[in-house]
Amino acid sequence: MNTAEFSGVIFVSSVLAGLLGALTGLGGGVVIVPLLTLLFHVDIRYAIGASLVSVIATSSGAAAAYVREGYSNIRIGMFLEIATTLGAIFGAYLTARVSTHAIGIVFGLVLLYSAAASLKKKHTLSGTSRTGMLAERLRLKGSFPGMDGPEEYVAQRVPAGFGLMFTAGTLSGLLGIGSGAVKVLAMDQAMGLPFKVSTTTSNFMIGVTAAASAGIYLSRGYISPGLAMPVMLGVLAGSLTGAKLLVHANVRTLRMVFALVIVALGIEMIVNSITGRL
Amino acid sequence: MQLTDERLEIAIGRMLQTGVLLAAAVVLIGGVMYLLHAPAGPRPDYSHFHSVAESLRTPGGIWHGVLHGDAESMIQFGLLLLIATPVFRVVVAGVGFAVERDQLYVWVSVAVFAVLLYSLWHIG
Repeated sequence: MNTAEFSGVIFVSSVLAGLLGALTGLGGGVVIVPLLTLLFHVDIRYAIGASLVSVIATSSGAAAAYVREGYSNIRIGMFLEIATTLGAIFGAYLTARVSTHAIGIVFGLVLLYSAAASLKKKHTLSGTSRTGMLAERLRLKGSFPGMDGPEEYVAQRVPAGFGLMFTAGTLSGLLGIGSGAVKVLAMDQAMGLPFKVSTTTSNFMIGVTAAASAGIYLSRGYISPGLAMPVMLGVLAGSLTGAKLLVHANVRTLRMVFALVIVALGIEMIVNSITGRL
Repeated sequence: MQLTDERLEIAIGRMLQTGVLLAAAVVLIGGVMYLLHAPAGPRPDYSHFHSVAESLRTPGGIWHGVLHGDAESMIQFGLLLLIATPVFRVVVAGVGFAVERDQLYVWVSVAVFAVLLYSLWHIG
């Protein structure tokens, strides 16, 4: 395969990864890294470098659409970005310290968790049980357009959410993914925010989080232009198309099918890492 | 306050989209240059990690390459623009909070910006 053919194949694969990522709500990163490493035998450091830049593109490219819906909360996002960016730097440091096998295994586990999370029933804990002083003082609250007028919400369990966000950032920096699943977990489950607010605010945060480790990746030489170019353009095109399709598609069935694909990729990543082929 | 917030968020959303499209356009131009000048031999091997060339790892080196019409530098420059987009958005949000006289969140934005600067320091 020459360079042009290889770039073409990677581009098409990235479009598919972007589509899959948008339709499952998991993001392109969790699909493209296994694809590059398992199928094309790309070293995982080049793979996560290319993936991370595509994560920034998808998150920022979709932001305008999300904002129009009026659910994202800019204050909650900004406050939690302190945790995710610190985590991202920590994760990027870890990438250079731990073996590629370990990265592969963690990646596989995150894939399995993400698949499970994408299938789980979407619900928000109701009842404002422990609205702390902290949430009030930090104004971690807002309202969103509900059925009958604006509905109010206030964040709960702020320290737990902040801690989970640090973890989300670490995974993002270690694996070159957006780790949207963990961010949503932190806001939806730990902080008791409405699901829609959690997902849109999470998308908003992903780009800033990824930017924190992208600089470190670049200076370490993880971002290889010949590979990152087709990946970034492909994932961006795929995810924007996926977001448009999402309006018409039967999401439940799609999610089921794709979750199985993600599970298969996760198991493959873990097995390959353990047997030393990654 | 809610109204200003909404307008601020819409402005930020548009800005992010513009940044991404600009970055993608630069990467695409670099990509076309890259493919036009690609050697006819087998594709580059990514299966062994050996870090990319020193000049493609710093903004100075990348800019120098762009001025000399180097395709790979052009792609990296587009990616630098991409990385800068969310950083810029933190700045814009911080300014927006300042306009709203929300001192607490001006400081929160400054904190996030400081963390980002710390990480970008590594590129320099």
